Amino acid sequence: MTTITSDIPRHGAPENANEVETEQLATGCEAIAEAIRLADVDVMAAYPIRPYDGVMQAAAKLIANGKMDVEYIVADGEHSQFEIVKHACAVGSRVFVGSSGVGWFYAFEAIAVTAGLRLPVVAICGNRALDDPGAFGCEHNDALAVRDLGWLLCWAETAQESLDFALTAWKVGEDKRVSLPVAIGLDGAFLTHSQQIVMIPTQAAVNSFLPKFDLGDRLLHPDNPITIAPQVDQDWLMEIRMQNDQAMRNALGVITEAHTEFKRLFGRGGDNPFLDEFMTDDAEIVFLGQGTLSLPMKVAIRRLRKQGHKVGLVRLKWFRPFPTADIVRSLSRFKAVGVIDRDYSFGSPYYGGVLYNEIRSALYSAPKRPVVVGFIAALGGREIEQPMAMEMFEKTMAAASGELTSGDVCHWIGVRK
Amino acid sequence: MAIEPLASTTPQDLPQIKGVKDVPYDELFVSGHRTCQGCESALVMRHMVKASGPRTIVLGSTGCMYVANTTYYTTPWVVPWMHTQLGASGAAALGTAAGLKVLMRKGKLKDEKINVIAFCGDGGGADMGLGAISATLTHKDYDCLVLLYDNESYANTDIQLSSQTPYGAVTTFSPTGSEKRLMHTRWKKNMPGMMATGHPESRYIAAGCAAYAVDLMNKIRRALELGGPTFVHTLDPCPKGWDYHPQYSQELGHLAVETGIWTLYEVIDGVCNLTGPTRQIAEGRKKRKPVYEYLKRQGRFSHFADEDVEHFQATVDKMWEEWLIPGVIPFTIPQKDAGLLRIDKRAKPLHAEAKTA
Ligand SMILES: Cc1ncc(C[n+]2csc(CCOP(=O)(O)OP(=O)(O)O)c2C)c(N)n1
Ligand code: SF4
Ligand SMILES: [Mg+2]
Repeated sequence: MTTITSDIPRHGAPENANEVETEQLATGCEAIAEAIRLADVDVMAAYPIRPYDGVMQAAAKLIANGKMDVEYIVADGEHSQFEIVKHACAVGSRVFVGSSGVGWFYAFEAIAVTAGLRLPVVAICGNRALDDPGAFGCEHNDALAVRDLGWLLCWAETAQESLDFALTAWKVGEDKRVSLPVAIGLDGAFLTHSQQIVMIPTQAAVNSFLPKFDLGDRLLHPDNPITIAPQVDQDWLMEIRMQNDQAMRNALGVITEAHTEFKRLFGRGGDNPFLDEFMTDDAEIVFLGQGTLSLPMKVAIRRLRKQGHKVGLVRLKWFRPFPTADIVRSLSRFKAVGVIDRDYSFGSPYYGGVLYNEIRSALYSAPKRPVVVGFIAALGGREIEQPMAMEMFEKTMAAASGELTSGDVCHWIGVRK
Repeated sequence: MAIEPLASTTPQDLPQIKGVKDVPYDELFVSGHRTCQGCESALVMRHMVKASGPRTIVLGSTGCMYVANTTYYTTPWVVPWMHTQLGASGAAALGTAAGLKVLMRKGKLKDEKINVIAFCGDGGGADMGLGAISATLTHKDYDCLVLLYDNESYANTDIQLSSQTPYGAVTTFSPTGSEKRLMHTRWKKNMPGMMATGHPESRYIAAGCAAYAVDLMNKIRRALELGGPTFVHTLDPCPKGWDYHPQYSQELGHLAVETGIWTLYEVIDGVCNLTGPTRQIAEGRKKRKPVYEYLKRQGRFSHFADEDVEHFQATVDKMWEEWLIPGVIPFTIPQKDAGLLRIDKRAKPLHAEAKTA
């Protein structure tokens, strides 16, 4: 086969030998825009919806100021937005896209097939409630809707982690052992629009972390005249679905590798690629959640610790692939786990949230397992206030001492009567 | 087995084809498909890639030309081909063109001209994907062609009516019954005219028919040559959906044009040229045939009463006699304003001559 790409060795944006890592005050969205620049993204597609669109605004400004060279397409809707990047990816472009809430759902057909096509699109989901009734605030049901489709899905806690996850997302998603799209959850407002100090890595460091995107023999090009996504029907679909399953299994190892390399190059990322533990060493009970709810929960945990309670927090960084073994290993150490869902799953087992039921399922066959209590909290952009944290603490303590019955395991927190 | 790259046997500048003898031999849409006998849409596919040559990427939205054309392991596509979603032909064209453009600009892909064609059916294009096609036609920096093959129904899903199904036609969503003779009473949406009038920066919009093969291939070539986002709409007789014997596909294509129901034209940089028999009718060199000649050959109109035929004829007559340009601009201006708009200076209103035919 003839070579399709030119033999120009360069990959990534041009480097500058004098460049040093800098500190910058940035929102989660602005941090992602920096990642787009550093990753030398080729095509991105935008459509307005709050809160994710902060990233598109920040990226547009970088382009307008000549800081990056990206094909920036303002689409006619989210369906087109996600289709545009899907097709740009199929001809070999590194791509970025994103949405929030109902916009994410408007794109859903494209979202579903992107995973089936094994195209490593990277998207952010600026988490937002699904209207109606109208609400712009943070809720995780939008991003969680991809959980069965073959998208990798992670949740960032800080602006720094948003940038770090984005760089990791291209690396892992584009890895041939994975070749799957990656979604990064950013809590609407709490992360998308709050400013924090972010370390912006150098181009040279990013270029050594992120290899050139290469679709290999799956590239759509006249030199490689393949037919992509033919009608396979019942004849082959199951074999192909199983390859997706295998790719998702591979992703656990590839994320671990990427995490190790990221830590070596940038010195960040914590001890475990999948979990971030806080004050768990001697903990008897822990809370478990995703995204920014760790911040109010850490405040509560510090207070409770002062009162002598052995309590900690486990923050789940990757929801897909679900780090089952790490979860079991970690949670088996505790008497009770209070799972905080910023989502709902009406009519589910025990009327629990999505995360609650995933955690319970992961623990089912563990020889030693904690009691699991579920909390639906902070929907529609509400904050977790300290009294709510205390209520969750009391309920989790009650569970640890065997006071809760199975009909009493999932609770809505902070709801007016 | 290594895949053979498609060498440029056809030059990338795509000259107009002078006649059937000048048509390229290369077949880039070959056997392996399972469309119905007499499927005119399949012929459109064949002509489309014949005209564009091997340095082409084709994207196809869901519909007969996907489902019946890409059975795993027996793809008829010699050129690279990719499925796109039903309403996504516009986005597929745009994303592919944008991807190629930026990769070539950044030196990540060899810089050369690669044709990008996204096709869609009438359901995928004129209904569901209308917004995306319209958007694409405004992105003048990207070279891509959207081809809408119009078999006048959602054919693949069992012949349901679309906005392109002609007035009164029987489909599985508009059967004829003992109480209601006609379930479908909407007039066909003027898709190519809407694209032409709505997207002033698109350099090329055309309406064609595979029954006029050379005319169609030239339209494809012109679209790709002029570049930017372009649009070609073909009317494709469909034996299954229209209910006639497959051997009459070409004849029905001719009749659609000769009765004036379908018009052949191209709008190049804002100038509209009528082509083929449509031109002859407009010039008064050919008389429009009665629509009955067309309707009576298709089972989908067999329930028509005289009044239905009359309504059909009257509406087609109106298009020819009252539209500013038949088949293109569905309104006119008062006669007293003809001078105001300098229409008489640029060109005569076509209907004035058509009336005398
Ligand atoms: C979003 C979506 N809705 C519905 C369908 C079901 N569907 C598959 S093919 C098809 C027919 C499309 O009609 P058209 O675009 O006219 O193409 P044709 O089948 O006539 O060639 C439909 C409705 C689909 N694939 N995707
Ligand atoms: S139903 Fe019509 S369009 Fe579809 S394959 Fe048959 S003839 Fe062609
Ligand atoms: Mg159709």
